[in-house]
Amino acid sequence: MIWRGVAGFIVVLALAFGAFYAWQWRDEIAPVKPPVASSFDPAIVAKGARLAAVGDCAVCHTKAGGKPFAGGFPVQSPFGIIYGSNITPDPQTGIGSWSEEAFRRALREGVTRKGNHLYPAFPYDHFTRVTDDDISALYAYLMTREPVQQRNLPPDLPFPLNIRLSAAAWKLLFLSTGQYQPDRTQSAQWNRGAYLTAGLGHCGACHSPRNSLGAEDNTKAYAGGKGEGWTAPALNSASPAPVPWTADQLYAYLRHGFADEHGHVAGPMQPVVQELARASESDVRAIAVYIASLPGAQNAAQLQQRTKAALQFAQNRNPTVVRRISTTGVAAAPEAQQMHGSADGAAIFAGACASCHHSGGELPISRPIELGLSTPVNEQDPTDFIRIVLDGIHPAPQRHGPIMPGFAGALTDAQIIALAAYVRAQFSRAGPWTHVAETLKAAHKNPEPKSGMP
Amino acid sequence: MIQLNVNGHMHQVDADPRTPLLYVLRNELKLNAAKFGCGLGQCGACTVLIDHEPVFSCLLPISVIDGRYIQTVEGLGSEEKPGPVQRAFLAEQAAQCGYCIPGMMMRAQALLERNAAPSDEQIRDYMAPNLCRCGTHMRILRAVKHAAQLMTAAGHGALREASK
Repeated sequence: MIWRGVAGFIVVLALAFGAFYAWQWRDEIAPVKPPVASSFDPAIVAKGARLAAVGDCAVCHTKAGGKPFAGGFPVQSPFGIIYGSNITPDPQTGIGSWSEEAFRRALREGVTRKGNHLYPAFPYDHFTRVTDDDISALYAYLMTREPVQQRNLPPDLPFPLNIRLSAAAWKLLFLSTGQYQPDRTQSAQWNRGAYLTAGLGHCGACHSPRNSLGAEDNTKAYAGGKGEGWTAPALNSASPAPVPWTADQLYAYLRHGFADEHGHVAGPMQPVVQELARASESDVRAIAVYIASLPGAQNAAQLQQRTKAALQFAQNRNPTVVRRISTTGVAAAPEAQQMHGSADGAAIFAGACASCHHSGGELPISRPIELGLSTPVNEQDPTDFIRIVLDGIHPAPQRHGPIMPGFAGALTDAQIIALAAYVRAQFSRAGPWTHVAETLKAAHKNPEPKSGMP
Repeated sequence: MIQLNVNGHMHQVDADPRTPLLYVLRNELKLNAAKFGCGLGQCGACTVLIDHEPVFSCLLPISVIDGRYIQTVEGLGSEEKPGPVQRAFLAEQAAQCGYCIPGMMMRAQALLERNAAPSDEQIRDYMAPNLCRCGTHMRILRAVKHAAQLMTAAGHGALREASK
C-alpha cells in the first residue's frame, strides 16, 4: 500500500517536472549576420541612446576599466555574484548574431538567443513592460556600438541556483509579463513617467523590498529596498526625506545630481544620475512627476507645513562650530562642550565634518550641505550614512562632481559609532539608530563594486 | 592635554580637542611640511600618515588620534639624510612650486609600504586624491617609481609587512 503511494507520488512528481520542463523550453532563435550600422535610421539610434540612458544599461554591462557594454561588472545579489554580459555587437562573445526578435525575447522573457534562461539580476521583470518601438530603438543603439570581443563570466552562485532551470522556476513563480497599462485618469506625462519607472528605469529593483527568493514584493512597491550594499530609500509615503520631495526637486536631483532641499547624489544612485543626464529631458521630467506622486494625494497646506518645519529644523540644527577656516587659529569653540576622550562625537564632528557641513555659507567651493535635510542621516537604517563616512563621495573617473573624503583610515570604529550617534541626535528628529556597530562591520566586509560605465 | 606621537617623538599638546591635527603640527609643533591647501579634504596638501594610513590632517581633530602613530615628511628623513622617497622626489625634480609635494610624498610612502613595485596604473589610482596645480604629474609618477626602486634596493619595501 505504502509502495503504491510512493510510486504514485513519483509519477506525479515526474509529470509535474515534465510539464515544467515543457513550459520552460525555449527554442533557439536562428543567428543572424550582425546588421551593418547603416541599416539603422540615425534618429532611431539616437532615440535608443536616450532610452539606454534611462535603463542604465551601461552601468551593469561595463566593468571598471572595461570597454562600454562589454560586460564583466559584478552584480552583487544576496545569492551570489552575477556578471553583466557582453551586449556589444560582437558575434562571438556579444549579441552580434541576435536578431531583433531574439533581443526582444531577452528583454521580455529573460531568455538568451539560444534559449537559455537568464537570472533576474537582469531586470526582465521590468523590461517586459517596454514597448516594441522602444525595444527596436534600443536594439538599433546597441547594434551600432563598437563590437568588443570579451567572453562572459559565469555567475558565482551556489547549488542549486547555478542550474539555469532555477531561473525558469523563479519566472514561473514571479514573472508577470505584459506591457504597461496606462492609467486614463492621469496625465500623459504622468503615464510616461510611470511607464519608464516601471519598465526601462527598473527603479523598483532597488527601491522596492524583495522576498526571500529575491522577487520584488509588488504589494509594497517603492517602499524602500536594498542594493549594492546600500539602502535604497522608500519613494512612497514612507520616504525618510525630511522635506517631502516635489517634482522639481526630483528633476534637479535626477538630472543634475543635486537638489537643494535634499543634497547630493551618492552611492549606486550616482551612475544612475550620470546616465539620466543623457536621457531626454522630458523623460526625466516625466519620471520626476510620477515619483513625486507616489506618496499619494496630500493636503497642500499640510505639505507646506511639513516642508517649512523641516527646513527650519535643519537651519536651527546647524551649529556654527567653525567660525571660519583659518591656517593660524584653532577651531573656534563657541560653546563649552563636554568632552569624552577620543570617541566624542561632537568633537569629531567639529574637527572632521563641520568645515563643509556647517551653516555659515563660507565654504569656498560649494554650498554647505545641511545634514538636517539629508536622507541618509534621517533613514531608519544607518547603512547609507556609514557608507558615506567610510568611503566618502567621489565623482566617477574623468567626471567632475563634489568630493567628500572618506574617513575609513582616519577614524576608528568606536569613533565612527560615536559620530553616528552625535549626527543622528543633532540632525534628525527620528530616534537614535540601533545596530550601528553591526552595520559598520558589514560595510567593512562588503566594499562597493565600481562600474566602468563611460 | 593630548598626547601626540609624531615621528616617534611624544608631544604634550594643550589645544582644543576639536582642533584639526594640521594646525597643531604647523603652529604648535612647528612641523611645517604638511600644508594647508583647502581645509576641506579636497586637495591632499595636508596628507600625513596615521598608523600608516594616509589621512587629510586638515580634517582630523586631535581628539581622535589617541596615541596613534603620526608620520610626516619630517619623519621620512632630514635635509642631511633624506629618506628614499625624498631622494627620489629630489632626483626627479618632481616639485615645481612644491606646495603639494609633502602630501604627495606621504601618500607615495603609504603606497610603497603596501606595494613595493606598483604599476603606473596603481600609482595613478592611489595618488588620485592629491592634486598638483603646476601639472608636474609626470615627474611625480617617475619619482614614485624611482622611490620604489630605492626602497627595494635598501630593503625598505613592504616595510609595513615587516613592522606588523
